[in-house]
Amino acid sequence: MTTQTIERTTPRLPWGRWSIRGAALTYLAVFLLLPLIVVVVDGLGAGVESIISIISSPIARHAIWLTIWTGIVMALINAVMGLLTAFVLVRYEFPGKTLLNAVVDLPFAIPTLVTGVMLVILYGPQAAIGGWLDQQFGWKVIFAPSGIILALLFTSFPFVVRSVQPVLINLDRSSEEAAATLGAPAWQIFWRVTLPALLPALVSGTLLSFARAIGEFGAIVVVAGNIPLRSQTAAIYVYGEIESGSQRDASAMSLVMLAIALGTMTLVDWLSRRRQEVNP
Amino acid sequence: MNWRKWLLISIVVGYMGMLIIAPLGAIVFGAFREGVPAMIEALQHPHVLRSFGLTIIICLVVVAIHGIFGTLVAWVLVRHQFVGKALINRLLDLPFAMSPVIVGFTLIVLFGRNGVLKPLTEAMGWQIAFALPGMILATLFVTLPFMIRELMPVLEAFGRKQEEAAATLGASGWQTFRLVTFPALRWAFLYGLGLTCARALGEFGAVLVISGGIQGRTETATVYIFRALDDRQYAGAYSAALLLGAISLVLVLVIDVFHRRSQKSIEHRT
Repeated sequence: MTTQTIERTTPRLPWGRWSIRGAALTYLAVFLLLPLIVVVVDGLGAGVESIISIISSPIARHAIWLTIWTGIVMALINAVMGLLTAFVLVRYEFPGKTLLNAVVDLPFAIPTLVTGVMLVILYGPQAAIGGWLDQQFGWKVIFAPSGIILALLFTSFPFVVRSVQPVLINLDRSSEEAAATLGAPAWQIFWRVTLPALLPALVSGTLLSFARAIGEFGAIVVVAGNIPLRSQTAAIYVYGEIESGSQRDASAMSLVMLAIALGTMTLVDWLSRRRQEVNP
Repeated sequence: MNWRKWLLISIVVGYMGMLIIAPLGAIVFGAFREGVPAMIEALQHPHVLRSFGLTIIICLVVVAIHGIFGTLVAWVLVRHQFVGKALINRLLDLPFAMSPVIVGFTLIVLFGRNGVLKPLTEAMGWQIAFALPGMILATLFVTLPFMIRELMPVLEAFGRKQEEAAATLGASGWQTFRLVTFPALRWAFLYGLGLTCARALGEFGAVLVISGGIQGRTETATVYIFRALDDRQYAGAYSAALLLGAISLVLVLVIDVFHRRSQKSIEHRT
């Protein structure tokens, strides 16, 4: 019987294997590479000079700069608060901890557009908080960079927490205990012993949240509106140019966004590979 | 020691309360402010019903396609050995760096008014851009990695021993997969489907660009919310946003059960 099955399956196996592999790889190629290829070919088709002239217009330059600086501010706040949240969730016991841990994932569960709507209700000029901030401090959140940063903070909150948390859980505490025995104050132990061990995870989580922020659209478009030279980010710029039929401009800006996001992701990848080589 | 602990806990609780809980409360408040009857009336508007219907159709089609092909890809990437596998593995995160607006733009370049593939689709009589097929394609692009990323670790943990045993006993490839491999994958499979569905429900940028947002025709739930907000139809926008948010939240809570079972099955095997 065994010989029979071998006879029956052996000639059929390679054919089945190849067709499965072919189908899987075709599907991947279409859905992974197509957008990248189209943007690069379409963007470079016009020539590098045309791209440079498009993205150096004041409106495009402002959009790129706004996207980058709001992304950096978000990433820095996210790094500090994400680290603190992970630390509290791992090291302390307190009532409601399980609930707090579940709330961390909420931003991933809520559609980004809904996030934008929520922020407008809360901070819009007619809303209680939004009106109060505007009257008391002249601080506008909606249709302003603060709104963009707030929206980005909401949508990317889980990144840093969820990349630091597992490392902190598995961290060997003997070095911390040794430092404590030697009389080091708690703050120094954290700064000198705990933080360096968490740094790789912290950096990669922060960079990932930045890469993600470059392309964020749903949460921002409602909060920021579409005001060129004030609250128009790169993604909103692309949307506006598609709507008005200027594909060239949309294409040039898409290239810039892809370069920043892919560059950041490659950096994350390189850092994690180097880490594996140093201590496998 | 104790004061430091409570200080840090209150900072975290305060931050998450302001950043996450307050906006959630605001949308519940915003939607209910007009009263429950107004909410129900707003949700019964034909455009709202149609948009949610369209969102559900897109979600089902996308889940079915990724369910089949995602499993196939995960299988090939874990079980087959071939050149370039490591590279593909790293490219899997590509959609993560791709703005939904760029995905929508890609489809416009291909199928839009002056699209590269427009002559072909026109000859075939297909309407892709500003129609359902384009919206499904857009959602397929942004939801690609979820299924594959969920299945790969489980396939890796589930060794080939049982599969080889089944093959030795004379099971065909398909029988082995159906009777031996798939039962081991099922929780991860369900979780992957759920994640794909949750992401598809909330997809906005890519669908907005390729659908053209034709009122009552190519509007998904998110596109409707966006337009209603623009038209200052706040009752409709807030109620629909609350409903969509609630559906996504419940879905994510439900599939968390699948996730835990899947994690348990991996731990059990390793």
